[in-house]
Amino acid sequence: MPTYWSIASASFRQYSTYRMATAAGVFTNTIFGFIRASILFAAITTAGGELSGYTIAQAATYVWLGQALLAPIEAFGTREVSQRVHQGEVAVDLLRPASFLGLYYAQKLGRSAFLLLGRGIPPLVIGALVTGLALPEDPLSYLLGAFSLLAAITLAFLADMMVNLAAFWLIETRGLTVVYTAVMNLLSGFLIPILWFPDWLLGIARATPFPSMIQTPIDTLSGRITPLEALPLLGVQAGWVLVLAVAAHLMLRLGVRSMEVQGG
Amino acid sequence: MNTPQQITPDQHAPEPSEPLEPALELSGLRRDYVVRAPVPGSRRRRRQVVRAVDDISLSIRPGEAVGFVGANGAGKSTTIKMMTGILTPTGGSLRVLGREPVAERKQLAREIGVVFGQRSQLWWDLPLRDSYTILGAMHRLTDRQRDARLERLVDGLDLGAFLGRPVRQLSLGQRMRGEVAAALLHSPQLVVLDEPTIGLDMVSKEGLRRFLREDRAERGTTLFLTTHDMNDVERLCDRIVVVNSGTVAYDGPLDSFRAHLGAPRELVVDLAEPAAALSLPGSAETAAVEADGIRHRIRFSGAELTVPALLSAIGAQVEVRDLSLTEPAIEDLVREIYGRSGLA
Ligand SMILES: Nc1ncnc2c1ncn2[C@@H]1O[C@H](COP(=O)(O)OP(=O)(O)O)[C@@H](O)[C@H]1O
Ligand SMILES: [Mg+2]
Repeated sequence: MPTYWSIASASFRQYSTYRMATAAGVFTNTIFGFIRASILFAAITTAGGELSGYTIAQAATYVWLGQALLAPIEAFGTREVSQRVHQGEVAVDLLRPASFLGLYYAQKLGRSAFLLLGRGIPPLVIGALVTGLALPEDPLSYLLGAFSLLAAITLAFLADMMVNLAAFWLIETRGLTVVYTAVMNLLSGFLIPILWFPDWLLGIARATPFPSMIQTPIDTLSGRITPLEALPLLGVQAGWVLVLAVAAHLMLRLGVRSMEVQGG
Repeated sequence: MNTPQQITPDQHAPEPSEPLEPALELSGLRRDYVVRAPVPGSRRRRRQVVRAVDDISLSIRPGEAVGFVGANGAGKSTTIKMMTGILTPTGGSLRVLGREPVAERKQLAREIGVVFGQRSQLWWDLPLRDSYTILGAMHRLTDRQRDARLERLVDGLDLGAFLGRPVRQLSLGQRMRGEVAAALLHSPQLVVLDEPTIGLDMVSKEGLRRFLREDRAERGTTLFLTTHDMNDVERLCDRIVVVNSGTVAYDGPLDSFRAHLGAPRELVVDLAEPAAALSLPGSAETAAVEADGIRHRIRFSGAELTVPALLSAIGAQVEVRDLSLTEPAIEDLVREIYGRSGLA
């Protein structure tokens, strides 16, 4: 445990030194938040003040929570592990007396904790001041929301890790990352709420772990669903964590076995 | 020393008659790489098998220091990757500290210290000190154990001046000393170094060698090292294994290796005044006299004769204007070995 704690806190500290990147991230997150909010507001106003259960205030909350989660979830994917596999640096990771996935997960949690505070909270605050937010009535929503958020970050980590681990077999994983993030951004309910999807797409989305990465924590945290409604969704998240953890673990095992470490 | 040495029970108190289990045991080790080479004039790629390690057998006793040398592409790194459990052998078997490396990779990582000279195990963006905090936690050292050991390492490897600097800002020599400290933090019984001195200047190399000798003398560790610098082997090892094209070309004590090869170092002196043959101490001999007696090429064995001793002998006879010293390239030594055993 101390190992993972020391990695997570080091990762937190490391990201906290990137001040310019943080400021730039907050700025773009906020701008895009306003753009997305105005598009959704227009759609809701055209639909007569409510669209598939979303009022203006709920849509604003949905947008700002989404913008806040973007950075900690790393919705645009990471490339570190695939690059380390391609350059053979993964050998160093495997020579550590600790779990490979555990080390990267600890690093991700430390990083996400900083990204949530440094890059997630400011747009949320700005949004609250400018457009207002619909906050949950039940304090339990915050507690469940926190769990849901942790599960979402874990799921995003595992899925992204699997994309990266494909580097054991593929010479180039950039294309895979692009496809993955496009699908993830849509089916997770980041671009528009999944309830606005046509039925067939909603069906597809619900059969994947993607809504568990963004839609579920947003719905739980915003109080758009009650804690009682949130519980089964948290169960779904937990189920997906288990499935993806096992899958990532198997992928790593197979990958290491077939690995041909590059370079001296 | 109060350091946490992990000694397996049977090595802790060996029966006088019972031979020690080897620290490293390789038998008939093989590794093939499958490469897809482009076929000229065709879009297809042909499957080709490269045998990087071809039937290597070695047994290394605890406490031995072995230099594993050979030309580029001889299969040294591939062997080390199999020894550390990150690469599966194609054939043969190996045991490292009594363990099966691939199956017991993580346990083994607690007992060995590894440096890949061309990779870093330090955390790039963090101050060097933080890497040791993390590694100490990984190796389950108490804070006291870690601090005591780190003090020794900082002292011996002279890390004090840059412990607080991010790793990415360190010079190559500083970083490499940091890497060695990282590999030795948990006081491993087996230290495996793959080209630890690559790219370092003379001073950094010498500092690193001095500490590796000291640490080994203090703790009696087994050392397995690859290098391109014969001086590393001369200063650190008592046994040398030469690999060529994935097979062992020579394996024996360093002394016999020197005897086997004769006089591998060459000193070139340019004299102020031309001179005929100089009288030289020991086994040193004039290999050639060039430029009408100005330039003398003198071959000698680094083991029997130091450069200063040789220079003062020459200086007593003539005035030296310029000099250079060439170390034998590993490639040349390997060629010599092959030449002498009639395999070339
Ligand atoms: N990942 C790899 N894929 C294909 N061939 C490789 C790979 N790694 C090494 N080789 C080949 O195996 C041989 C031995 O390489 P290596 O063990 O790195 O040699 P050394 O460390 O002695 O320089 C070389 O011919 C090298 O090209
Ligand atoms: Mg090598």
